[in-house]
Amino acid sequence: MSQPPLHEPGLIEVFGAVLRRELTLAFRHRGELINPLMFFVIVITLFPLGIGPELNTLQRISPGIIWVAALLATLLSLDTVFRSDFEDGALEQMVLSPQPLPLIIIAKLAAHWMLTGLPLILLAPLLGYMLAMPVEALPPLMATLALGTPVLTLVGAIGVALTVGLNRGSALLSLLVLPLYIPLLIFAASAVDTAASGMSITGHLLILGALLVFTLTLAPVAIAAALRISTS
Amino acid sequence: MLEVHGLTCERGERLLFENLSFSVRSGELLRIAGVNGSGKTTLLRLLCGLALPDEGEIHWEGKKVRTTSEQWRRTTSYIGHNLGVKLELTPLENLQFARAISGASSTEPLEALLDKVGLYGFEYDPCRTLSQGQRRRVALARLMFTRTPLWILDEPFVALDVAGIAFVADLLARQTDAGGMVILTTHQDTPLENKIIKELHLDSGNS
Repeated sequence: MSQPPLHEPGLIEVFGAVLRRELTLAFRHRGELINPLMFFVIVITLFPLGIGPELNTLQRISPGIIWVAALLATLLSLDTVFRSDFEDGALEQMVLSPQPLPLIIIAKLAAHWMLTGLPLILLAPLLGYMLAMPVEALPPLMATLALGTPVLTLVGAIGVALTVGLNRGSALLSLLVLPLYIPLLIFAASAVDTAASGMSITGHLLILGALLVFTLTLAPVAIAAALRISTS
Repeated sequence: MLEVHGLTCERGERLLFENLSFSVRSGELLRIAGVNGSGKTTLLRLLCGLALPDEGEIHWEGKKVRTTSEQWRRTTSYIGHNLGVKLELTPLENLQFARAISGASSTEPLEALLDKVGLYGFEYDPCRTLSQGQRRRVALARLMFTRTPLWILDEPFVALDVAGIAFVADLLARQTDAGGMVILTTHQDTPLENKIIKELHLDSGNS
């Protein structure tokens, strides 16, 4: 029997294959995709109803509300990111793949972010406007979310990877991950605040950018190590 | 040649096996037997690098290997009890993904490959609609494009019909005839066609 030639997939091919698989899987579970987004919208819509229509109060707390809602929506959606792969053995195959596990993880999380983080960013201006945020603060709000939501996804995924093997992982997950979210929350919300009062936020954005680069380089390695522990 | 020296594994308070040594040469098939709970699956997971032994070493071609290394992942293929077949994806999509994350693999069209494992006509159905045996065939089809010398298979014959069992037996025979090795666990007296079959008994309690 003549053997057909062998082909070793390149890194870009691997990235593309994982991304395509994740998007296909997500598309076949459309209902689950909407949940975190609905959560985000509902929480933010309820605040003006609960607090009352004083524009000054709303304007004062709107950056915090949007950021806290985005943070919790991300955490909610992340909970299942490795679950089904863990349960059906697909995660074992990824761990045993000769391709770099951090690369597979980056592709997985990129797909996850495209389906959860990106819609949050696109919806945020509308919700910000609803909370009486000044129009000039809306682009900065989107900028902080664009830099911040990937950090939320990457840092959260470390916790998810550690707890995926546990039965009641989600409660532990919030305890593990929320403290790590706090610096990001503080910088991002204060950036939007600063922008609303008409000052430059270059410094804030640089710090958020630094956080993004830092987590993008190190988190995939940490997640890979955590997944190896969880599958052993 | 695979050599295992003094493998010991404890799970919690239970000693699964102690000081286990065996070897598998090129062209050989090793069948691991033992009662339920004797550590067959655990042993396979140690061999493929999913878990680490408490003691003991694994040597490959005379050299000690780290079972978590990339080199080892290029040497072995593992199909566990959980097949790693996504039920929402079609057999074709499952194999496309599996091939993309495996190492060097053949470029044979996947449709032809699915045809060979007896899934002609099911290429575009979600695996959710397939039977257990058909899902296992999807998983086993992964072995047909990889060129790894060592296959580690946990109960590869479960849920397969007569034709499926014959197909897998033939696949295993071809792997060893080509100089590869197979390590598997199986309960039934499956008709294996390999030329050299070794047996390893794991007996819980008396080790």
